[in-house]
Amino acid sequence: MALLSIKNLCKRFGALVVTDDLSFDVNEGEIIGILGPNGAGKTTLFNLIAGTIRSDAGEILFNGTNVAGTGVAERCRLGISRSFQVPHPFAGMSVFENVLVGATFGRSGDDRFEYALRALDVAGLKQKANLLAGSLPLLDRKRLEMARALATEPRLLLLDEIAGGLTERECHELLSAIRDVHSAGVTIVWIEHVVHALLSVAERLVVMNFGRLIADGKPDDVMKSREVKSIYLGEDVNV
Amino acid sequence: MDWVNGIVQGVLVGGLFALFATGLSLIFGVMRIVNIAHGDMIIACAYLAFTIIQLSGLHPLVSLLIVIPIASLVGYLLQTAILNRTLGKDILPPLLVTFGLSIIVQNGLLEVYSADSRRLAAGPIETGSFPLARGIDIGYLPLLTFLTAVVVVAGLQFVFYRTEIGRSFRAVSDDPETSQLMGLDNRKVYGLAMALCLAVVAIAGVFLATRSNFDPFMGPSRLIFGFEAVIIGGLGNLWGTLVGGVILGVAQAIGAQIDPGWQLLAGHIAFLVILAIRPEGLFPRGAR
Repeated sequence: MALLSIKNLCKRFGALVVTDDLSFDVNEGEIIGILGPNGAGKTTLFNLIAGTIRSDAGEILFNGTNVAGTGVAERCRLGISRSFQVPHPFAGMSVFENVLVGATFGRSGDDRFEYALRALDVAGLKQKANLLAGSLPLLDRKRLEMARALATEPRLLLLDEIAGGLTERECHELLSAIRDVHSAGVTIVWIEHVVHALLSVAERLVVMNFGRLIADGKPDDVMKSREVKSIYLGEDVNV
Repeated sequence: MDWVNGIVQGVLVGGLFALFATGLSLIFGVMRIVNIAHGDMIIACAYLAFTIIQLSGLHPLVSLLIVIPIASLVGYLLQTAILNRTLGKDILPPLLVTFGLSIIVQNGLLEVYSADSRRLAAGPIETGSFPLARGIDIGYLPLLTFLTAVVVVAGLQFVFYRTEIGRSFRAVSDDPETSQLMGLDNRKVYGLAMALCLAVVAIAGVFLATRSNFDPFMGPSRLIFGFEAVIIGGLGNLWGTLVGGVILGVAQAIGAQIDPGWQLLAGHIAFLVILAIRPEGLFPRGAR
């Protein structure tokens, strides 16, 4: 059974259709990349899955149950966690406290601190645990996004353009952190414009355009597909 | 010596004002609600204590053991059943709803308890005092009120910065959208914040009612004192709120020394002066 199964998901903002009858599955243990031009509806899809916005129609099955009507916090506890494209740390709290907020549920005392520390360690932020989150530079903010998401002990991690704006080396460090998370058994769906970073870890690629799924398959096949090329390179499909 | 005595008594009264103010500050800090009914909640708690004392004969301070849990529960229910519905981008609905609550509470109290002014009898500590120096006597009750305010502020500070629920308060206050994504149920967190606020309100109500007479329409003026203490101290800083209460108390005491009719005026003037010179208050917490 798929861990996440999107069925005929529709969302429109007024006259603008952002996801149009979208369906796809994410299997347990997979790491999936989502590609698509700006405005394709990728971030909206994440918002729909995490629950910050409600869908107009369709189902979001997580682990077999439809969560389309479930609240944000409840979905988080079920095991869906996301990071933001633009990091949103709790600026007035320390890095450690930021992570601790997510590490709070279902754990007691020391356990929780251990878990928060592990999340920081995986994200490579342990040395900066006591800094004020508002004072972090971009790479560290991105890491904090990931550490916080991990602290909620997700089964499904949604990463939204986490590699954007990083240098080559920083991106490399982040990739190894993502691989660690994945090998620990977390299923990952990753939206990214930094295609080479995405290709280096993704086992499957999903391509969206204008709220529709236009390709879904092995990365190599998808990248070769003419429709994908036409979107990204402006190639004429008829050529 | 009269002046020194006046100032000392003003400091002690400031503790009571700080008790009025901390709950207000807490609620504004966590969910950006300006609770117009705050003063009426204080008076309602005073009446609740009054009823419990009538029924059981407990000492007012002991009655707190019953008043605090009841008030907290009511606070939680009030927040989850009514006030949560008013929260959103628009700041007007919570203002209107708490204003309405204020009117309902006042008239409800009038209906049940009549307009007679009441007082909680606290026995010997009510009038007892000890001499600090010649011409300066410290009353047990004012001293206890002040110390309670210090303990309440220290306690809230501890809760906010050293406990899990405090971390949730700060997280929802900082970014209510993200906090939900981290598994916090904001509505429940707001409910707990209101429960904590009402616990402080209960303490404020009982101390107010042992110190002076109260009637159903005293709430709004307590609200004003609370507001002034919060603004003087600087938003979001509980120790600042305590200092704000003390400044207000001292200003009133000095005013009263000049002329008994000047007591309230002097407090408001001190507030206006500080608002004019430092609109952000004396100790604002960080720049947002």
